Order: sequence, then structure tokens, then C-alpha cells
Amino acid sequence: MDLLFEKSVAGRACTLLPENDLPDYDFAPAQKRAAAPKLPELSETDISRHYSALERRAHGVNNGFYPLGSCTMKYNPRVNEAVAALPGFTEVHPLQPDATVQGCLEVLRLAEKYLGEITGMDAMTFQPAAGAHGELTGVMLIKKYHEAKGEGAKRTKIIVPDSAHGTNPATAVMCGMSVVNITSGPDGCVDLEALKAAVGEDTAGLMLTNPNTLGIFEKDICEITEIVHEAGGLVYYDGANLNAIMGVIRPGDMGFDCVHLNLHKTFSTPHGGGGPGSGAVGCKAFLAPHLPKPVVVEENGALRRDGSRPGSIGKVKAFDGNFLVTLKALAYVMTLGRAGIPAAAQNAVLNANYMMHRLKERYSVVSSEICMHEFVVTLEKEAKEKGVTAMDIAKALLDEGIHPPTMYFPLIVHEALMVEPTETEGKEGLDAAADVFIKLYDKAMADPDWAHAAPRTTPIGRPDEVAAARNPVLRYQFG
Amino acid sequence: MNIPANLKYSKSHEWVEFTSDTTAKIGLTDFAQSELGDIVFVNLPGVLDTVTAGESLGDVESVKAVSDIISPVSATVSNVNEKLADTPENLNSDPYGAWLIEVEEITGAEELLDAAAYEAFCKEG
Amino acid sequence: MGHYLPSTEAQQQEMLRAIGLSAPGDLYAAAPAALRLSDGPNIPAGKSELEIRRAFEVMAAKNTVYPTIFRGAGAYRHYIPSIVSTVTGKETFLTAYTPYQAEMSQGILQSIFEYQTMICELTGMDASNASVYDGASAAAEAVAMCRDRKRSKALVSAAANPDVIETIKTYCWAAGTEVALVPERDGATDLDALKALLADDVACIYVQQPNYYGIIEDGAALCEAAHAAGAKTIMGVNPIAAALLKTPGECGADIAVGEGQPLGMPLAFGGPYLGFMACTAAMTRKLPGRIVGQTADAEGRRAFVLTLQAREQHIRREKASSNVCSNQALCAMTAAVYMAAMGPGGMEKAASQCASKAHYLAAELEKIGFKRVHGGEFFHEFVTGCPVDAAALEKKLGENGILGGLTLENGDILWCATEMNTKDEIDRLVALAKEVG
Repeated sequence: MDLLFEKSVAGRACTLLPENDLPDYDFAPAQKRAAAPKLPELSETDISRHYSALERRAHGVNNGFYPLGSCTMKYNPRVNEAVAALPGFTEVHPLQPDATVQGCLEVLRLAEKYLGEITGMDAMTFQPAAGAHGELTGVMLIKKYHEAKGEGAKRTKIIVPDSAHGTNPATAVMCGMSVVNITSGPDGCVDLEALKAAVGEDTAGLMLTNPNTLGIFEKDICEITEIVHEAGGLVYYDGANLNAIMGVIRPGDMGFDCVHLNLHKTFSTPHGGGGPGSGAVGCKAFLAPHLPKPVVVEENGALRRDGSRPGSIGKVKAFDGNFLVTLKALAYVMTLGRAGIPAAAQNAVLNANYMMHRLKERYSVVSSEICMHEFVVTLEKEAKEKGVTAMDIAKALLDEGIHPPTMYFPLIVHEALMVEPTETEGKEGLDAAADVFIKLYDKAMADPDWAHAAPRTTPIGRPDEVAAARNPVLRYQFG
Repeated sequence: MNIPANLKYSKSHEWVEFTSDTTAKIGLTDFAQSELGDIVFVNLPGVLDTVTAGESLGDVESVKAVSDIISPVSATVSNVNEKLADTPENLNSDPYGAWLIEVEEITGAEELLDAAAYEAFCKEG
Repeated sequence: MGHYLPSTEAQQQEMLRAIGLSAPGDLYAAAPAALRLSDGPNIPAGKSELEIRRAFEVMAAKNTVYPTIFRGAGAYRHYIPSIVSTVTGKETFLTAYTPYQAEMSQGILQSIFEYQTMICELTGMDASNASVYDGASAAAEAVAMCRDRKRSKALVSAAANPDVIETIKTYCWAAGTEVALVPERDGATDLDALKALLADDVACIYVQQPNYYGIIEDGAALCEAAHAAGAKTIMGVNPIAAALLKTPGECGADIAVGEGQPLGMPLAFGGPYLGFMACTAAMTRKLPGRIVGQTADAEGRRAFVLTLQAREQHIRREKASSNVCSNQALCAMTAAVYMAAMGPGGMEKAASQCASKAHYLAAELEKIGFKRVHGGEFFHEFVTGCPVDAAALEKKLGENGILGGLTLENGDILWCATEMNTKDEIDRLVALAKEVG
């Protein structure tokens, strides 16, 4: 398919702006760019058809099953989009006086209150724009806490299980911490003895997701948080997997000191092809003074942004985060409410267990316990015996209109496929998908070459990623 | 598997060609490149940087992995194979021609194996 | 309560039985019973869609929407072509995830590749990433790109946006990078002071173009000074101004970053916005975040993929220089559709009208005693003194549907005009301001 630049016709343009009603202003030639940017010259028809064609070459939750583990590809309710498009929100300048943005501040205030209740946290910031950004903010809170206690120079180690998302260690290093990796048990759970051996006077904190990346609930969670607290460290909750437990169990009650939430996962605001998301961070009261500034406070019945916060880590982003994303998450929480939030979690877990139960007919499941919202299967044996890999199954799924599960994660499992169906799939949808998984398994085992050649029906076959990385072509080259 | 007899080898699969008592060329072995798969990029130190035996001197990237290159010697970098920036595939196609760095002022080395011992080591795997 | 659960009660029961459980609570047997909430979280009961609409309409009505805005300072109201939201509202673009499965995601990947190309064209740089969170975090990530073992200090122009400065400081505090401010003189970065601060431990300088006060910096001279001392230059640019003014590439910058909001994103109380990042070929492998590259499939068909992934956290883990693992994809698409609709002519027209209106506004304000406090050339923002009571001015303008300039800490006012402001609006603003006097 042609690029916008290849469709460009010199002299073609949309008529968007009126002529200037004032005299033009001329800058000195030395201040101006030598030539105009080579942006495409197109009619509105060209643009409309171009993006419609691109849409047909993409796959969203609206197109079909999307069991991408760890990403919580649940349905994105359209009412959230509708309320986020209200001009009373979209046309508001972030630097308007507080008195003129009471509605926006109320959105932030309510989101803080409700998400605080769901996580068991006392205060929350919506400045971080994504999960990794939230992680960064959370570990900054931990760093600031130790600095405030005069232990900043001493407590420089962040403990991370080897099953963790790669962002955890990368985040720790961005905060000037060094990483202590601890090995997990075969079910991906924290090994208490390994943890006890790892903590000490240099421990700043532990980063943990619960359920873990194998979809298993850390049954010793209270002991884990206690071990870290005893050593003087804090415990950070990576909210990647909150969908399994929201409204059922609260990170705050398990002993976590701060959390980040992926509002684009758990709270249904769409992923948008990779963003914008929101990595809201919640914390216990003792960490609240360190939250990014400003924070929303209530005074005499009115809301105000308070920027004079001497203990704050500062700002991690301009303004108040991805505000419209926060707003969509609030709409979702208000829709589901007290009963709906735990019901969603419970159905996510039920769907995952049902799907696991169905896939067990062929696939090896890493842990056969009751899983949480996701589970991991391994094709290690199939790869060794028949050369059928996780990649092969994933690519074969593409031809069936199913987005494959997360591949090759967590790193502690070989030939892993991580399946997260979410609660917004019905039973018959799960059965149909499971039938496809099983059919493809049988076909691949009978004819591995058939599997290696998948996909066949997509706009392109498997791309040459080696060539892409060796000789990067990162922009269109004009002839 | 190609293991030239005139070179020395580290257990982390680097080869060393001593050009004098205190200078050497360093590269990745045939075994290393075949384990790594298609190499797409290599991060190398700069001239005059020091490298330490047993510690990372840089890393080598494939599409989905990155691996440390462990320095077999302690020394000062005297030359860097700049061509690898544009032709990392040479590390796969010609592992003993595509040297990584030249070093001088060698002050120490890891335990290095001769070709026969290295071949045995790879087979033990 | 509202919900989005397709399975009926009966189907849920059927699934429970299939997995050998009798009650939904059994699913959480591994969790400590004492911690389990018996009655859900302490939040209100759920609502129907209609109730949600009403609740948010009530909150929206508590905000003031100004028909006329003369405030910028990091967020700008520009005309947004109608095609923009039509495209970005498409369900698949809205609900897809990061394009991990290239075969199924060529549409998203191509849109990012096109965006990257446009950002390179706009900034005059060689390579762009797929975007990051916003302009401020882009600046902070750019500083991290420059740091190495020998150079661990960043110099930041005091004439940059205070939120950007604050964000850079926060990231640098965490990473252990020292930050020093380069003072401003007459509203621009003080070149002599910069030269004095440039020591051999300085990794980079950050300057903003046009700067916070709207002044057009001498970008080439700043880059030259930094390079003479072996430091990199990061330029934070306004993307509308970049269509008209000398590009970071032409100035010799190593990295160009900026807030992409002016490229078709509404003000939206500060987000979601778009951080763009572009750099020279030499620095490409240090760019954080997602990058899309072109390659081919086995049949030779052009294909786009996420590439240079070995830079990233999921592979490099604690050795990665950034933890960024997403982009503002839909905002990047917004910017791309905006630039495609505007075209080179439309972009230049918007930029040129911004400058024209701002210069008329400055001249008219000057006539009633709001004198500019800086001498340098400006783009679409400028600072004046405030000869009247600032609160009274804001009140008067507000009553007439106008959001005036931003009052700075020292009492001066930072004004902004864009192509959205008509001559009539400017004349009305000036007439009202005169009444306050």
C-alpha cells in the first residue's frame, strides 16, 4: 500500500484556513527555514481513503478476540469516549484559573477517591501518562521517602523477581538504584527464602505484581510485604495485573505502600494502538507529601491545585497527566460501581480458568492451579520434538482473525504463550476461540511446515526483522 | 565448527590473537555467533577506553536479545573495528575476520584456552 | 449496576462447573480470606449509560469554555481540521494495542512510519521515534540520551517552559544527573553565561525554540557553543513555528523534542498530548521508546515493524537507558492526519498567521500601556508589563468570554495569539483592557 507521500500531488490541498485578516508578518530570512517541510499534498478524499485502508490493515478489540496476556484487552465502552468528547472538557485550557475548571478538578478528585478505595491507597496522582511512567513515579516516591529519612545514600537496591516485566528493572535504574534479581519458584511465585536473603539495610524496596506474570496469586503476599518492611524497605505494586482482583482484594491491604494502575488496561480506556494511556499512582498517606505536584485539594467547598509542596518529587510531565484518559476511567468505574467492579474481576478470572481448562485438551499449562486473569502455556516440548514453536501457533492464529497471546513472556518460561481473555468475552466466544487453538495445534503437529509458513491471509507474511534492525530505514526517503 | 589453531579462547566465547606480549586483537568465536543468531548491531568501547578481564567491554544485539561481550584481557583499547557498525552481519559470516577491538598495554588476562581445549569446552556445552 | 459482561448467569455457572468449582468465591481460594472484601469496594453503586452521560454533563458544565483565548504557555488552541477526529475515532485505531504482531498491524505501523517521516521533515532531523508522553517528558528523556560516564551534567535554559524545567529536574534528580540553569538575559538564553558554564563534564544543553517568553533564540549560536565544549544540544521546538522558522537540524541540534499538542490535539485540560523526539543519525540507537522501521517479507512486499528493539527495556532490562515501552500512538496519528490535511502550505499559513496576529496584538497592547519587556524577535507569544490590576483584568476579560494572557510570577503577562484569533477579537480584547485601566 502506498504511503501518504507517494499519494501526494504537487499543488493539491485542503482549504482549511481563511485568508489573514491582518497584514502578514515577515521574519528575517536568517530566522526562517530554507525550504518548507516535505509534507504530503492531499485532498480530504485522499486522506479519508488512506486511513480507511490503514484501518483495514489493523486489528482492534472491535475486530475480534484479543487475548494478549498482561495487556488486558477488554472491550472499551463507547460512553467513555462520548463523555470525554464533551466540549466542556476538551476546550479547557490547562492554565485556566482554578475557579473556571471546577468540573475537571472534580473528575480528578472523584477518580482519586474511587480508585483509592479500589486499591486501598490514601492519595493518588494522575500525572504519569503510562504504566512505565507510573512505575517511574512510584519508585521516585520510594527514593524520596528514604532521602527524607536520611537513608537515601544507603538504600539503593530494588528487588525484582526474575518473572517481572522488563520495565521494573529499567525503572529502578532510571531512579539511580541497582537491581537485585531474585529467582522465583516454578509457579512464578516469590521464594520467601530468596527474598529473606536479598533484603537488608541497602534495600530501598521490592517491585511486585500480584497476581504474578504466570497468572498465579502470591499466596504468601502478606509475609512478602512484611519481610521487606521489616528490613526498612517499601513495597511497590505493579498494577499490570489488577484486573484479576479489583474490588476483591486491595493492594493496600496486602501491605503494598504504593501502586500504579494502567487505566488503559484495567479501567477500559482504550489502548489507542499503544497510547495514550494513564499510569495513575496511588500511595499510603505517609508517601502522599512526595507525590508529584500540583495536587488537588478542597478548601471552603471549592477545589484548588496546590503546587506548593516542598516534599514533592516535582513533576514527571506537564500539567495534570492524560486528563481525558483519567476521565474515561472514572466513567468506567462509575458505570460498574460497587458490585460491578468485583464482578468484572471475577469474570476475568472465570474466563481465564475456563479457557485454560479448554486449552489443556492439547496445550501444556505451566501451572495447573486455579489461575487468576491469565495463564501461560508452553510449547517447549513441541518445539523440541516437532519444531512447532509458540511463534508458529501465534502466526497461525492471525489467519483465523484472532490476535495471538503474548509470546515469549515471561522470560522464565520457554516457548511461552500468555493468554488473557478478559471478562468481556462471552462463553460461546471463548469456546469458539478454544476450538481454533486446538485445531491449529493439531494441524501444526501434523504438518510443522504448514505452521512455519503462517500467516497466509494477512497483508504481509512474516517480515524480515533482521534486515530492519541491521539497516534501519526509519523514515520515507524522498526520491 | 571453525576453531583456528593459532588463537586463544575464553570460556565466554571470545577469541584473542596476541600480536605481541602486550597487544592483541579480540573477536567473537564461530560458536558464539551461531548461538547468538543473526547479529544486528554491536556496541563497542572507544579508543583509549580501558577494558577489564572478566568484565563487559560492550554488547552484541540480535533482534530479540542482547548479550554482553566479556573482555578476555585487561588492557587499553587501541583500535575499534568501525566497519562493524555498518556490516554487523560479518560477525556471523566471518567471525575470525570480523575482529571487534585491538588492545595494547595488556596487564592481565582471564584463563584462556588453546584451540583443542576450547573445542572440548564447547562440546561439553 | 452497569457492566460489560456478555456471559449470562447461567453461562457463568456452566463455566464454573466445567472447571470443577461450585461458587465464584472459590476462584480466589489462594488469596488470604481475611483480606477479601465481602461487599466490594466502598464506592457508589453502578449507573446506567444515561446516568453516566448526565453526571459528566453536569461536571463539564462546571468548567468555563472561553470562546476566545490569548493564553498559551505550553498549550495552544489551533484550528483542528474535521478529518482529524473522524480518522482517530475509528474503532480499530482506538482499540488496538501496540503493534507487536506486524502482519496484523500494518495499518498502525505504517501510520507511525508516516508520522516519523513528518517529524523528521518538520525538525530537519534524521530519525524520529514513535513518540513519548509529552513535550516535558520528551525533554527529560533526551537529557538521559546524552549522559555518559564522563559527562553527567545537564545545562537547562532558564528561558524554557517551567514545567519542562521541573520535569527535567525530577528525572535528573532520580538518575543522579546534575542540572544547572543557564540564566536568561532580556528574555533569551544568555550565550555568555552558557559559555562560562560549559565545562568538560557537561553532557548537554536544553534550549527551547521559541522559548517560554516567545522569543526566537539564536539556535545556531547556542548549538555552536555547546559543540565547541563537546556537549550535545537538545532543542525543544514548537511544531507550528517549526514549519516557518529555522529547524533544529539547520541550527545544528543533536536532538529535537517538543510538545506536539498544537498538531491537532484539543487543549483538554492538559492531555493527552504528544511528545515528539527526533535526532541525528549518530544518536538513533540511543532514542528511547518505540521506533518503526521499513523492511520486507519473504515475497519482497514492503513491511513495517517495530525495530531496534534491543535498545528497549523488555530485552535490555536493567541495562536499558529508558523504561518507555509505549507511545502516544493515537496522538501521533492525530498529528500525522493534521499535518497531512494542512500540507506544507497550510502549516506555513498557520504559522505565518500566528506570527501576524501576535505582532498585531503586541502593537495594539503597547498603545494602551502594556509594553513588551523584552527586545528580541518573537513568534506567537510575548511578555508585557501589566499596568492595571491583573485580577481585575482577568475578571473583566472573563466576563466577556476571553481568556487573557497568563500572569507570570513577577506580575508580567505572557500573551499568545494563533490563527484562531481574528482582528476583531484582538481589537475587542484591547478595548476591554483599556476599560480596566
